[in-house]
Amino acid sequence: MSTIDIQSVKKIYAGHVEALHHINLSVSQGEFFGLLGPNGAGKSTLIGILCALVTKTSGKIIINGFDHDIHPEQARLQLGIVPQEFNFNIFESCLQIVINQAGYYGVPRKQAQKNAEKLFHQLDLWEKRDTPSARLSGGMKRRLMIARALVHGPKILILDEPTAGVDITLRRSMWEFLKNLNEEGGMTIILTTHYLEEAESLCKRIAIINKGSIIADMPTVDLLKQLASETLIVYTREAVTQLPALPFPLTYVDDHTLEVELLRDQSVSALVAAFHTAGIDIDRIKNKANRLEELFVKLVGESS
Amino acid sequence: MNSLTRAQWTGFYTIVRKELVRVFRIWTQTLLPSVVTTTLYFLIFGGFIGSRIGKVHGVSYAQFIVPGLIMMSVITNAYANVSSSFFGAKFQRNIEEMLISPMCGMVIVWGFITGGVMRGCIVGLLVTLISWFFAPLHILHLGIVLVTIFLSATVFATLGFLNAMFARKFDDISIVPTFVLTPLIYLGGVFYSIQTLSPFFQTLSYFNPVIYLINLFRFGFLGFSDIPVGASLVGLFLLSGVLLAISAHLLNRGIGMKN
Repeated sequence: MSTIDIQSVKKIYAGHVEALHHINLSVSQGEFFGLLGPNGAGKSTLIGILCALVTKTSGKIIINGFDHDIHPEQARLQLGIVPQEFNFNIFESCLQIVINQAGYYGVPRKQAQKNAEKLFHQLDLWEKRDTPSARLSGGMKRRLMIARALVHGPKILILDEPTAGVDITLRRSMWEFLKNLNEEGGMTIILTTHYLEEAESLCKRIAIINKGSIIADMPTVDLLKQLASETLIVYTREAVTQLPALPFPLTYVDDHTLEVELLRDQSVSALVAAFHTAGIDIDRIKNKANRLEELFVKLVGESS
Repeated sequence: MNSLTRAQWTGFYTIVRKELVRVFRIWTQTLLPSVVTTTLYFLIFGGFIGSRIGKVHGVSYAQFIVPGLIMMSVITNAYANVSSSFFGAKFQRNIEEMLISPMCGMVIVWGFITGGVMRGCIVGLLVTLISWFFAPLHILHLGIVLVTIFLSATVFATLGFLNAMFARKFDDISIVPTFVLTPLIYLGGVFYSIQTLSPFFQTLSYFNPVIYLINLFRFGFLGFSDIPVGASLVGLFLLSGVLLAISAHLLNRGIGMKN
């Protein structure tokens, strides 16, 4: 069952800049959905339209059965939004920001207080509850935005680059939190990110948008199968003075490092065996880039 | 009341509460300046200069200027509260917290305007208390005083909202109070009766909307007005209704806020 149905949505900004060309997307209930695309592709415009900050030129959006144009209040009630940029009142305390947000969604103050306290404990913000938001670190501000988006108990959470500028430890703890929300809480999550490792790890389905059009939309597993080859970096124990003759395209990086292009029907064990036969001891092997990253670059490159 | 209506009321209450918390949190910027300024007006115009001026419409000059000074404080504070708070929310982009919520445009407009009206009334009350030290306080028509203060604060709070909605930088929200509001107030009969003016300036004064508010208010206190009271009340009702409708319409269309 679709929880978000985007039908032929088009956006033309002033000056005839067409940001979205007839976007059609459908997100199922309980899905962890990734929307990827280069800067300026139209991701934030689409998110802005979903959360009513950008007015669409044409098209239709249905959220949990509520038409965005006919029942805007009910449609918005379903959503929790984590925007890309910080948009707090910098003078207000963290707890007040979150409690007020619940109030805007119609949650009575006592209930809002309870919800906020629970989220502050879960997101490790409790110690900062009375601190003005301006005095939080970047990572804490990101977590505060998540608390603010969840305080009214939305059914769908939309996160626009939630881990931008967040250190790796905190990023991973946020991934765990989001995974729990999705897997245990059954919440539908839509994520836009530039960290493709994040999308590959979290999202069950991914759509790629470029120049205002969807160029791919399928389960992450199927998307990754489209990768015809991947590039591996092979580190050798001994110095390699000349390229060995192997059934794989090879590129010399330095005397201990080679790049190998492995086609989809070739296995890593075949690669290891070929190096062994050539008398080269492998120290370690790693992917040159994240698999999704390679595919993303390829697809975006093809559509540009 | 269905759940959606209840949710709108909760949203409205949250905005008003937030606005009031802001007024008291920064009371040195929101409450104190008007109290200090008005005390000085009372001292200088009511005390030092007023004692040398004869009676106006049968009351002392200090008594004559009390309603005008209260009204001046109410409308400037109602205007300033909404223009600075709403523009601040727009500037910091935390207005998005409200725009993405299920609250309809009218609830957001009413929330900010009620905040402005409440600040205007609080300051008005403080100024009224101060005026007691300088002139005896008589209120002949309490109903008219209350209706006038509420509607005047609503009109100016709404104008502050419209100003903030179209403003792009902080300068834009100080231009109107400095170059429009202040001249209108000072030339709006706070310190004089327009009957003392030459016919030309009397006629010109009728184009100043503040004249109607101050005279209406003065009628409530002292029982006399330079302007017909009924027409002023009807005009004030209509003006506040029209301005509120325009504000809600513009907010729903996202003017100055949405792409």
